[in-house]
Amino acid sequence: MYAQMIKSTGQGVKSLDEMEPEERAFQERINAGGKIEPKDWMPEGYRKNLIRQIGQHAHSEIVGQLPEGNWITRAPTLERKAILLAKVQDEAGHGLYLYCAAETLGVTRDELTRDLLSGKMKYSSIFNYPTLTWADMGAVGWLVDGAAIMNQVPLQRTSYGPYARAMVRICKEESFHQRQGFDIMMKMANGTEAQRKMAQDALNRFWGPALMMFGPSDADSVHSAQSMAWKIKMNSNDELRQKFVDLTAPQAEYLGLTIPDETCKLNPDTGHYDFAQPDWDEFFDVLRGNGPCNTDRLEARNKAWDDGAWVREGLMAHAAKKRAAKLAAE
Amino acid sequence: MNAKTEWPLWEIFIRGQHGLSHRHVGSLHAADAEMAIKNARDVYTRRNEGVSIWAVEASNIAASSPEEKGSLYEPANDKVYRHPTFYDIPDEVGTM
Repeated sequence: MYAQMIKSTGQGVKSLDEMEPEERAFQERINAGGKIEPKDWMPEGYRKNLIRQIGQHAHSEIVGQLPEGNWITRAPTLERKAILLAKVQDEAGHGLYLYCAAETLGVTRDELTRDLLSGKMKYSSIFNYPTLTWADMGAVGWLVDGAAIMNQVPLQRTSYGPYARAMVRICKEESFHQRQGFDIMMKMANGTEAQRKMAQDALNRFWGPALMMFGPSDADSVHSAQSMAWKIKMNSNDELRQKFVDLTAPQAEYLGLTIPDETCKLNPDTGHYDFAQPDWDEFFDVLRGNGPCNTDRLEARNKAWDDGAWVREGLMAHAAKKRAAKLAAE
Repeated sequence: MNAKTEWPLWEIFIRGQHGLSHRHVGSLHAADAEMAIKNARDVYTRRNEGVSIWAVEASNIAASSPEEKGSLYEPANDKVYRHPTFYDIPDEVGTM
């Protein structure tokens, strides 16, 4: 998902009996559906895990602006341009809601930014793929935002209050993102033969990477078991991926496009769509930094940070000067 | 990237519509109050969510701590007479 391969303490889930009273009270509160707020006691592992997860999620929103920002100046109409601009601005907003949630855990925005820029913290693998044609704007909204929604809707019930509240805001806005993407796909799929081919080509390229967004199967992962006990992960990766395919396959059919997987068919016995696993070797390779756009994305973020340094410093100096003048006048 | 150049944290409160109180919506970073309000407009009211914005520098907020829960709120538990349901009013008196 937007946060992939998050590692927990790695020690497996403790039973209530094995916990000290403080931790037991904490876990019981979560089990009862209660929320944890910033100043409450929490196990160090919970705090660290959440910083990693929310931070990675925030970084994904910010880096995720790049593949779509790529098409703002070349959108086919003024209306499409205004819509795309609004969508990309929303992604910046989502990043900010999430950074603000992460900061309540005792990490600063600059620390998180530094870890993104140095490559220490990751962002979702999906944003390391290029957006080659206008149809990719459709595929990204429809598939990438669609996959993100699968994960984000249940996270509105996550145990950490600030994270849950950020998710509520994000989910309200995310539906616009997916619909504007599908709207582009409908236009292209029903357009000229060349446009239909572009739409099909975009689906071909984004299908596998979209399935990878959920991460590899975590049925046996101790990290996932711990995250689920803490309710900072609500469903298994396979569960969400299946849900995504079940919803998306009929939509592709409606568009008259073909999912690039011959095995993707409704299974009458299970009531779910069968589908082939994406190329997990490719996934791990992209995570290691070898995707088509990893270098570009990090370079773009580093350049934006470095080029903006004089503005950040200048505004701080200006604020300090104004404060001093105000004090002197009093 | 040093601490001196990191913009301070502001907590943002938005009045959703006239007649409602300002409500905390989140935080953001800004160099000064004017910029905090401008940023709050972009981050928290892109869809007409507000008619008024308060920005308060986070370091100026005093907050109770979870450990004080007992001493602060428990005394209210034995003052049930503060609630209207504590009093039995006979039916013949009518609505009260």
